[in-house]
Amino acid sequence: MGEPSPAGRFGQFGGRFVPETLVPACEDLEAEFRAAWGDPAFRAELDGILRDYGGRPSPVTECHRLSDRLGVRVLLKREDLNHTGSHKINNVIGQTLLARRMGKTRIVAETGAGQHGVATATACALFGLECKVYMGEVDVARQALNVFRMRLLGAEVEPVVSGSRTLKDAVNEAMRDWVATVETTHYCLGSVMGPHPYPWMVREFQRVIGDEARAQCLAVLGRDPDVVAACVGGGSNAAGIFSGFVGTGAELVGVEPAGGAAIGRGIPGVVHGSKSFLLQDEYGQVLEAHSISAGLDYPGVGPEHAHLASIGRARYEAVTDDEVVAAFQVLSRLEGIIPALEPAHAIAWLLRAAPGIQGRTVLVNLSGRGDKDVAQMMERLG
Amino acid sequence: MSDPAPPPERPAEAGTLERTLRGARAAGRNLLVPYVTGGLGADWPDVVRAVAAAGADAIEIGIPFSDPVMDGPTIQAASERALAQGATPVAILDQLASLDAGVPLAVMTYYNLVFRAGHQRFAESLAAAGVSAAILPDLPLDEAGPWCVAADAGGVETVLLAAPTGSDERLRRICRRSRGFVYGVGLLGVTGERADLAATATTIARRLKGLTDLPVLVGIGVSNAAQAAAVSREADGVVVGSALVRRVLEGGGPEAAHAFVAELRAGLDGR
Repeated sequence: MGEPSPAGRFGQFGGRFVPETLVPACEDLEAEFRAAWGDPAFRAELDGILRDYGGRPSPVTECHRLSDRLGVRVLLKREDLNHTGSHKINNVIGQTLLARRMGKTRIVAETGAGQHGVATATACALFGLECKVYMGEVDVARQALNVFRMRLLGAEVEPVVSGSRTLKDAVNEAMRDWVATVETTHYCLGSVMGPHPYPWMVREFQRVIGDEARAQCLAVLGRDPDVVAACVGGGSNAAGIFSGFVGTGAELVGVEPAGGAAIGRGIPGVVHGSKSFLLQDEYGQVLEAHSISAGLDYPGVGPEHAHLASIGRARYEAVTDDEVVAAFQVLSRLEGIIPALEPAHAIAWLLRAAPGIQGRTVLVNLSGRGDKDVAQMMERLG
Repeated sequence: MSDPAPPPERPAEAGTLERTLRGARAAGRNLLVPYVTGGLGADWPDVVRAVAAAGADAIEIGIPFSDPVMDGPTIQAASERALAQGATPVAILDQLASLDAGVPLAVMTYYNLVFRAGHQRFAESLAAAGVSAAILPDLPLDEAGPWCVAADAGGVETVLLAAPTGSDERLRRICRRSRGFVYGVGLLGVTGERADLAATATTIARRLKGLTDLPVLVGIGVSNAAQAAAVSREADGVVVGSALVRRVLEGGGPEAAHAFVAELRAGLDGR
């Protein structure tokens, strides 16, 4: 997973399809990211904060009981143990440091399940930046706990009432805010999507997951795992862990929700700044995705995933809500780990695929913890 | 990697929209291009005719898109309502084909509808419907190459937006490639009515006028006759969308649209 082309393309995907007002901001961000990423002082500060504040490195946990049950050796990369409870903090600390370097005083972000919003609100509190988070009204209702967290951290949470009132519309609203405030505001995009340089930059900020995991697997297994699996909405946790293994022989599996399978059911299209696979109708109107997990309720996918799928380097599978709920319970009961509904998708795929991969070794990125989903599951499971 | 080729040189010959606007400007007229959301209500073609009769020099027809990131609440609401009423690009263009407004028409929509249809097919469908130009606010110059090739070949003028955040060098490149007119973005923000005219509206007009002989129209945030007149002291004219669409959304119909555009016309004519 190398650098995109000068125009921000991964193969035929990516690009910078934004209102003209934002083009200079994207160019500035690209230049600043390039400079910062090559600056040892920036890297040292980022690494230091991720270590001392974020809790990195996150461990790899071997799941003995689940392995025995499935006949597959299962390891989890424990991003759920990061500060704020998910991998989102890796990207957000990176972007807020960049924003500070650029002299921006205000951050806007979108959030689905609230994990990216909580991470952003946290980093803004840490650095003293003003923070506004857009969240679909539907998601505000199903993720009340995270909404409260964001407000507690000092962020303004703006419920979005347009369109499907979920993540897609929160992205639209965050982009509209950015168009109006671009001189003082950085848009802290939460996944490997959006206009160039976001898909590349966010993947680089999440690369730490894959780099750590590869070294940890070599220590535990003495070799690379056979399969690396991660859930995919926009796809940032998957891009992070895949980047550590793309140069190995490991099979890469991205797991999408059946109701939002952009790669499985989408076709190439352009929305939110880049060209990628997209759920859309015959005219190009974007369709609403559906997922039990607010974080994956998105009709598109990051352009690098579209590229990995189109060249066959990664494959993408879809799981149903029912499978996800079952996986949520299985991991809780067998390993004492309550996963977020997002990575429960990757576990759900593993449960389904296990009979066909007996004796093999699978690394799953456990991208977040399930506290935020407990109330929703309590309602569903009674 | 398949980076898009940069847009080809602008065709030497001006299209219908540009010839019309240049002609009106030469006659000493301040230019007025209202925006109407296609498919909004069964009588939307009558709204277009009413707007033309009230003194529009050309009309922008919005083809609704599900995710209009450059639009504020009014045009978002109009797009949502039109889509809910079953508006499709094909149906809107079909209706435009049989609508003789008597002024050039420009379609304003988002790039995915073009990409989905295919560049050539979309350009041909615009030309077949008698549409002169296209405005695609999420297709900046750097990504516009493949579309411009198809649009030029199909005789469709691509109007480019020029924003206050652009450097002089970037604005110059945009002016050099834009056809029909150059669309000066009046403020940092999305479409919508504003109580006061942003200072950026006149600044961007002045900057663009210093760079090009192409008609310079300023839109986004131009909400009433007084603001239109103020902008036109620097620009060649204005684009007005949300203030007009709001009147239609509120049920005003062709009569209210006509009255409002006539008011804008009077303001621009100094009456």
